[in-house]
Amino acid sequence: MTDRDPLAAEVAPKRGTGRPARPLPDGMVERRGAGLWLTHLGLIVGVAFIFFPIWLAFVASTVEQQAIVRPPMPLLPGDQLWENYSRALISGINAPVALMLANSAVMALGIALGKIVISLLSAFAIVYFRFPGRRVFFWLIFLTLMLPVEVRIVPTYEVVANFGMLNSYSGLILPLIASATATFLFRQFFMTVPDELAEAARVDGARPMRFFFDILLPMSRTNMAALFVILFIYGWNQYLWPLLITTDPSMNTIVMGIRQMFPSGDDIANWPVIMATSILAMIPPVVVVIGMQRLFIRGLVESEK
Amino acid sequence: MATVTLDNVRKAFGKTQVIHGVDLDIADGEFIVIVGPSGCGKSTLLRMVAGLESVTEGEIRIDGARVNEAEPMDRDIAMVFQNYALYPHMSVFDNMAYGLKIAGTPKDEIARRVATAAGMLQLEPYLKRRPRELSGGQRQRVAMGRAIVRKPAVFLFDEPLSNLDAKLRVQMRLEIKTLQRELGVTSLYVTHDQVEAMTLADRMVVMNAGRADQIGRPLDVYSNPKTEFVAGFIGSPPTNFLDAARLGRRAKGARLGIRPEHVRIVPEAETDLGGTVAYAEPLGAETLIHLRTLDGQAITVRQDGAHPIPEEGATCGIAWEPRDEMHFAESGQRV
Repeated sequence: MTDRDPLAAEVAPKRGTGRPARPLPDGMVERRGAGLWLTHLGLIVGVAFIFFPIWLAFVASTVEQQAIVRPPMPLLPGDQLWENYSRALISGINAPVALMLANSAVMALGIALGKIVISLLSAFAIVYFRFPGRRVFFWLIFLTLMLPVEVRIVPTYEVVANFGMLNSYSGLILPLIASATATFLFRQFFMTVPDELAEAARVDGARPMRFFFDILLPMSRTNMAALFVILFIYGWNQYLWPLLITTDPSMNTIVMGIRQMFPSGDDIANWPVIMATSILAMIPPVVVVIGMQRLFIRGLVESEK
Repeated sequence: MATVTLDNVRKAFGKTQVIHGVDLDIADGEFIVIVGPSGCGKSTLLRMVAGLESVTEGEIRIDGARVNEAEPMDRDIAMVFQNYALYPHMSVFDNMAYGLKIAGTPKDEIARRVATAAGMLQLEPYLKRRPRELSGGQRQRVAMGRAIVRKPAVFLFDEPLSNLDAKLRVQMRLEIKTLQRELGVTSLYVTHDQVEAMTLADRMVVMNAGRADQIGRPLDVYSNPKTEFVAGFIGSPPTNFLDAARLGRRAKGARLGIRPEHVRIVPEAETDLGGTVAYAEPLGAETLIHLRTLDGQAITVRQDGAHPIPEEGATCGIAWEPRDEMHFAESGQRV
């Protein structure tokens, strides 16, 4: 980033002859003077670079339609915030955004929770039970990792349509619930759990499901939280699948809903409302990430023993 | 409280035979230690009694009833694992209470039993803590407590002290012995440490490559080993083995074993066997002198610390009483 990298900081104390090297404060690499400011400058520029489009979207959601169309684009928020947001939430363009947000929330929660439940159970089966074809099943699950939703979307659509699940929550959720990634992750975690723990539970008289609920589940808490965050965002950002199977605007999810708002042909796009919708669509994932940050990071870095 | 009987118990993993038929009768309240080098099948044997490994052949009976097919929980046993296997997300209290909770014991009964066990093990101040907030010795006690609260017929210990430092090991060894005496529960204890075996056991089982070479009281096993393996494994420093043919006299069996404490250093003129001193280890109370005989065999002598220590490289004679000799056939059996 800057000219003062950690190596330079290590070498630095040698210049003051006779002065004993001071211990570094709290495991941080010592930085002072210009290096500190340059580092901050770099970070600030980076953040600004990434944040600017979001800021523009926010500004656009607070002004009138004409202000956006007429160059130059305003850089400061206007006075239409309340009008634009309430219009988006209550009436929207095809469907009210509040409804689409609710649909998305149901879908994202359903996918995240469903995936966690299914993959916990299948990982439990694969790791703790010896049944014929165990390895085959594991590799079959693992193989589906190679196939993204898009590849199998036509047959999946066919199946869902035949079950009459088009335009329904079950149609939105069920086909996306099977998760090789999550199964694999829990399998790896379960394999680090010492065998003696399962044996101790057996000696204590716990049947397999009791062991699962009393011991394995609480131990996987942080992993579940980390996975929940990732899967919630995965579910929230689903675009192609809801686009295919929901034709009724009242079942639209927010991410595809934004796309549906774009005008076709000669219609005039209502950019302030679209931008307000975009900003609204970002809020739930952000809330989930921030809310579960502590658990999430612990789940990624620490394996509780 | 119960007896445990192993009747020609065998175990095979696939085609590999690991236990070649072990017979053992454990009396009620007896403390049995199974000792042997790693890979001799001692842990497997214990796990078969626990019900964590299936029995390939033979029969295991607890209190006369065959338990080969019974689940661990139905065998009325409790086990202490080498790495303690405490449930990391549960408090010490919950760890000890878990088995009782599953068995449907009333809450006040659980509280009473855990309190009693915690009292015995000096764990009262730690009942609310998680296992990771405890020291190794305390974790060890919780594992013991978990076994005690269930009031089982048999305690099974799988190298419970091997994760502790030397000082703590000695202390916990004493505590386990005291506790077992107090509770009078039949116990089966697996270890690779012969000192643990000697000090804890009422009777010990010396395992060698899937066979019980000898079963007997520790001092009997020590003074009267049945095989060359037992003579070499029990006792530190180990028994000296000399090639009987090369000694040229009393050629009974293939090898002659003599314990280091039975060998004396004597003036060269008084004996027909001598050697050069390789090095000496003065330990204070006693001195270990390592010698090499003229034909290259190694012999260790253990003598009182007050005796003079010969110089390194000096030659001296060695002698022992004929009654201390142990003779072993080529097969390793005592003759």
